[in-house]
Amino acid sequence: MEISARDGQQARPAARKKTTSRERKALFYGLLFTSPAILGFLIFTLGPMVASFYLSLTDYNVFKDKTAFIGFANYAKLFTGEDELFYQSLGTTFYFVVLRVPAVIVISFVLALLLNMNVKGRSVFRTIIYLPSIVPAVASSMIWLWLLNPDLGLVNTMLRGLHLPTSNWLFGESSVIPSIVLTTLWGIGGTVIIFLAGLSGIPKQYYEAIDVDGGGWYHKLRHITIPMVTPTIFFNTIMTIIGSFQVFSEAYILTQGGPNNKSLFFVFYLWRTAFRDTEMGYASALAWVLFVIILFFTFIVFKTSKSWVHYEGDRA
Amino acid sequence: MRESRLKLTAGYIALLIVAVLFIVPFVWLLRSSVMDLSQIFIMPPAWWPRPFHFENFKEALTVVPFGAFFKNTLIIVASVLLGTVVSSTVAAFGFSRIRWKGRDAIFAVLMSAMMLPGAVTLIPSFIGWKEIGFYDTFYPLIVPAYFGGGIFNIFLLRQFYLTIPQDFDEAAFVDGANYFQIYWRILLPLSRSAVIVVALFTFLGSWNDFMGPLIYLKSDSRFTLALGLQMFQGSYTAQWDLLMAASAAVVLPCVVVFLIGQRYFLEGITLTGLKG
Repeated sequence: MEISARDGQQARPAARKKTTSRERKALFYGLLFTSPAILGFLIFTLGPMVASFYLSLTDYNVFKDKTAFIGFANYAKLFTGEDELFYQSLGTTFYFVVLRVPAVIVISFVLALLLNMNVKGRSVFRTIIYLPSIVPAVASSMIWLWLLNPDLGLVNTMLRGLHLPTSNWLFGESSVIPSIVLTTLWGIGGTVIIFLAGLSGIPKQYYEAIDVDGGGWYHKLRHITIPMVTPTIFFNTIMTIIGSFQVFSEAYILTQGGPNNKSLFFVFYLWRTAFRDTEMGYASALAWVLFVIILFFTFIVFKTSKSWVHYEGDRA
Repeated sequence: MRESRLKLTAGYIALLIVAVLFIVPFVWLLRSSVMDLSQIFIMPPAWWPRPFHFENFKEALTVVPFGAFFKNTLIIVASVLLGTVVSSTVAAFGFSRIRWKGRDAIFAVLMSAMMLPGAVTLIPSFIGWKEIGFYDTFYPLIVPAYFGGGIFNIFLLRQFYLTIPQDFDEAAFVDGANYFQIYWRILLPLSRSAVIVVALFTFLGSWNDFMGPLIYLKSDSRFTLALGLQMFQGSYTAQWDLLMAASAAVVLPCVVVFLIGQRYFLEGITLTGLKG
């Protein structure tokens, strides 16, 4: 709110009276200060983006002398079912996203609710929950490979001790994706902290009103907490969707796509196609498919957000 | 808000359980890193190493040239850090403290880059760096940081700069200061905490980066820690003691940096999330 108020100051009469020479100077310095960022955008984002689309229309391969323009043949290959691994990786990634996004949102919201309570040692708990999220993916993958080792890992050892069924975890065809979701839940801390910030922004009077009306914690959660944090849920959902579609390091280190391609994530498949099989034209087409998918889902969440995201300013 | 005794106790117990679940992987990492294999494989598992095998660290860090990896990582991280801090603060200044035609439109275009999956720019960037002869060098990992330092950082700093009263700049102008002086003497000192946030996130992002080094670095001698650890895993598959020692050595600097800058981290995440 404060920010937009300040933005409005541009129309101050005093500033308008100044000659255009000041405006020209501002334009010069404005462009000067932002030019590295603008150049960076052109060189490292827009340029490669255009090039990537062009590449996706060719059969570019590092080991081929000549590159031919082949129109939409790469895309045709994708959608005519010729490339089974494409569908496999798409299915794997969707399954991962469908499993992970709700898990991340629900669990981090519950953790934030717990952390928002006035318990002793709150900040210590907060640190403990956040800490795993800064562990490098390579290292956390290593730790989880060891914890989930079917024969000697801690998790199966504990399960055996409790006479519970064990699992092959990362080595089982049906358990590999849920296992990877599990390992990524360890790094949920950042999302929790964002929820916590959202929760701390809820005015206390709202809860007091429910106290007066004699409502319990469920009423508070249902009618105040959840509606008030919908903008945060919205933000976290979008970020988690975008992140989940692009999971790579975990896939690379934990399973290399195995067993039997059951964890062949899309970006891992893309990397393999581009850098191991050196089919960079085809891999570029894969990249654009991913881009469109992510845009589509972000768009859907945005579209539906009007019906469930509640903004304080709306009523004004 | 009043909370009942019962509710607080229940919440406390729940938090304790969660905390244990979150800590166990760290404990397991540490205890495995100072045990020998015979201790590691004891059933039921032992939680306390007897005796401690600190030599695991020495062995793990010498069988693979982790010293060189550490040096490579430091060079990359320090260069990226410098580039990011300088270029993102400068850009954020231009996008918030100077009022020029087209500013907000250009900023919006730059922001749209955040939606773009890294996979789209990956392949052409790789080909480009390779064409100009910089494959298997640190440049592809470092140079982009000097061109804006990431739109996310610019966004974060801009948010912060917009909350600083414009009157400061006006007063400085009256005193004859130019934009560079305003940036250097007013904005930077006033936004110290936001700059620290950006620096911390950049440090972690660069330290933890796996895909970048994987794609651009080919020679073992140029590997980073993340890449080295992965290579180590390939050749010492079942050596969990050494693997955990090497992992602990890679994790430790991150934890130290986090604990030192903890306050800023939490502030920074809050700053980014609140605008959602």
